[in-house]
Amino acid sequence: MAILDTPRPAATALFAGLSLRTWKLLGLALTLVVACVLPFVITSYELLLVTQVIVYAIALLGLNILTGYNGQFSLGHGAFYAIGAYVTAILLDKTGIPYWATIPIAGVICLVVGFLFGLPSLRLEGHYLALATFALAVATPQLLKFKDFDFLTGGVQGIVITAPSSPGLPMRDDQWLYFFCLLWTIPLFVLAWNLLRGRTGRALVAIRDHPLAAATMGIDLARYKSITFGVSAMYTGIAGALGALLAQFVSPDSFDFFLSIRFLVGIVIGGLASMTGAFFGAVFIEFVPNLADYLSKAAPQAIYGIVLIGCMYLMPNGVMGLIRRLGRHLGRLVAR
Amino acid sequence: MRFATTMLAAASLLALVGPAFAADAPGVAATEIKIGNTMPYSGPASAYGVIGKGEAAFFKMVNDKGGVAGHKIDFISVDDGYNPAKTVEQVRKLVEQDNVAFLFNTLGTPTNSAIQKYLNVKKIPQLFVATGADKWGEYKQFRWTMGWQPSYRTEAEIYAHYILREKPNAKIAVLYQNDDFGKDYVAGLKDGLGNKYSKMVVKEASYEVTDPTIDSQVVSLQASGADTLVTAATPKFAAQTIRKVYDIGWKPLHFMTNVSISVGSVMVPAGMEKGVGIISATYGKDPTDPTWANDAGMNEWRAFMKKYIPDADLKDANYVYAYGVALTMLHVLEQCKGDFSRENVMKQAADIKNLDIPTLLPGIKVSTSPTNYHPIRQMQLEKWDGKTWVLFGKVMGNAGG
Repeated sequence: MAILDTPRPAATALFAGLSLRTWKLLGLALTLVVACVLPFVITSYELLLVTQVIVYAIALLGLNILTGYNGQFSLGHGAFYAIGAYVTAILLDKTGIPYWATIPIAGVICLVVGFLFGLPSLRLEGHYLALATFALAVATPQLLKFKDFDFLTGGVQGIVITAPSSPGLPMRDDQWLYFFCLLWTIPLFVLAWNLLRGRTGRALVAIRDHPLAAATMGIDLARYKSITFGVSAMYTGIAGALGALLAQFVSPDSFDFFLSIRFLVGIVIGGLASMTGAFFGAVFIEFVPNLADYLSKAAPQAIYGIVLIGCMYLMPNGVMGLIRRLGRHLGRLVAR
Repeated sequence: MRFATTMLAAASLLALVGPAFAADAPGVAATEIKIGNTMPYSGPASAYGVIGKGEAAFFKMVNDKGGVAGHKIDFISVDDGYNPAKTVEQVRKLVEQDNVAFLFNTLGTPTNSAIQKYLNVKKIPQLFVATGADKWGEYKQFRWTMGWQPSYRTEAEIYAHYILREKPNAKIAVLYQNDDFGKDYVAGLKDGLGNKYSKMVVKEASYEVTDPTIDSQVVSLQASGADTLVTAATPKFAAQTIRKVYDIGWKPLHFMTNVSISVGSVMVPAGMEKGVGIISATYGKDPTDPTWANDAGMNEWRAFMKKYIPDADLKDANYVYAYGVALTMLHVLEQCKGDFSRENVMKQAADIKNLDIPTLLPGIKVSTSPTNYHPIRQMQLEKWDGKTWVLFGKVMGNAGG
């Protein structure tokens, strides 16, 4: 774990006369420009995929805060994604609340649920926590089918939602939904960046790397861990709420425990303890199943497995690990 | 004046009909028609994936024989892993990227629910969906969605009619799984028994899929004094029910849902001899039933399998299903007479008149109309003799609806 967070050498090297930091900012600006132009040049279906990727990226960021930065394993984040999705679906189905207002409500509910779930799990470390969260993932679809909640959740039938329509802007509904998701993504990433680069972030990493030492330094383990669990669940819940608007449908079968496993695959492939990695991970979990299906109808899961093993073999620290390694090589070459 | 009015009417009619015929046929090229499909090739329901394989092979056979009205069929079947969110994505790909003419035999109840609204708003046929739920025949609300196999509700109605005829004084107990599947049976019994339901049904009991056993339900049903039992349970619980009913010495006239009549996964675990006398209903020919060993219809299916999917397991009834539903689709396409616009495909799908399908039981017809979106509404009863299911009586149910 610790090797992932090896402090990078201060960016003193200059590439083409600009510092690494300037290059990074330029890259970010370029990404933003592309993100704004993209929906007008690709097809509606491609836009759906891109929107799904950014929604997954939020969910992966949530899980990464917990697992990558804080070292708490969760095999149950699909459950928070499901709760977020269901909160939005139920609110849209049963009340007159506008769709945009359901997202923060879903986030707050997941924050509370995540925090409460985080409390008892403080006693559970490592594998034990993974198992407890796994139980949550397995139980969720069945709870959603439970007959006493039927009047809310619609049972196995699920809930059909009407997609939000563009608020008078000159764009199609799906383009608006993309920007709506993007409008959530950017502040959530900025918030996480602020949270993780400062004191709080250092505390989280310290707890991950050496809990005893962290406690000795005066970090309140219980408080940090449960709050991290809550914040992580909130991110994933918001992603679930956006995902529900995107799919326009929720049902227990949408959120089986494979979803939680896919999230874990996503953060490991993208790179643990990396914010940009969330996007790479999201691209992986969105596109590789389609690729596998395209290659073989007989055994798509086997293909998926092979690709996964291949990725882990070639990039043991995920996509971001690879990029950092290449970056260091490049730095050394330039320095010579 | 009169002449002018007539001309005007004729012209406006032409304007209405003319371009619609030529332009409104997405997914149709001069020599090709694209058909979309989603299947669970991966995930928890992947055993059903063979249906997609069977259909792909079927359309290959159609193409080898020259296609339909000069059009080859491009059957695009994609994996949704039985996940409704994925189905939405894949169907949008099929419609917006691959530009298919319509969707055929998309599999699963939640998955089809997820795409039904989208397809109906876009007026794209969602034909012969692969699920037994009753809700795929709501022609008023969802004009572009149609089922195929008999619904659970139809099946329960058939049991009700049999009870009314053979045992009019029956005291009925109902055991059902507490979800759509189980509730469809209760609804079907209510349809069939009419106002006698409240008098004849002495006890209803339900269970959750999460319950470990249904022993207490069975005991309470027996205690109600019922002499007839209708069980709408999935295989594991069906096996438990059969065993428990036998063990407590209860001997009701027992009806078992068609979902749980597999010899391997229900009758053997329950105990072959414990289920003697149980009645169920079916509509297709069972590939393992020796009755059909030399049946012309099943031989046609076997010849197709041998040529196009030589490595397939011929005991898998899903291939028989695939052949039957694909044949129905072919019939609709032939009936389109070269006009494969979405409007016409839907119109012809809702105009099937007593079609015979060689893999369905003799006497069972496929029939639809603009007010009947349940193509198969007939079944035949069968009884477990301790070794195999034996068909008896006549085909029941009303083909015309």
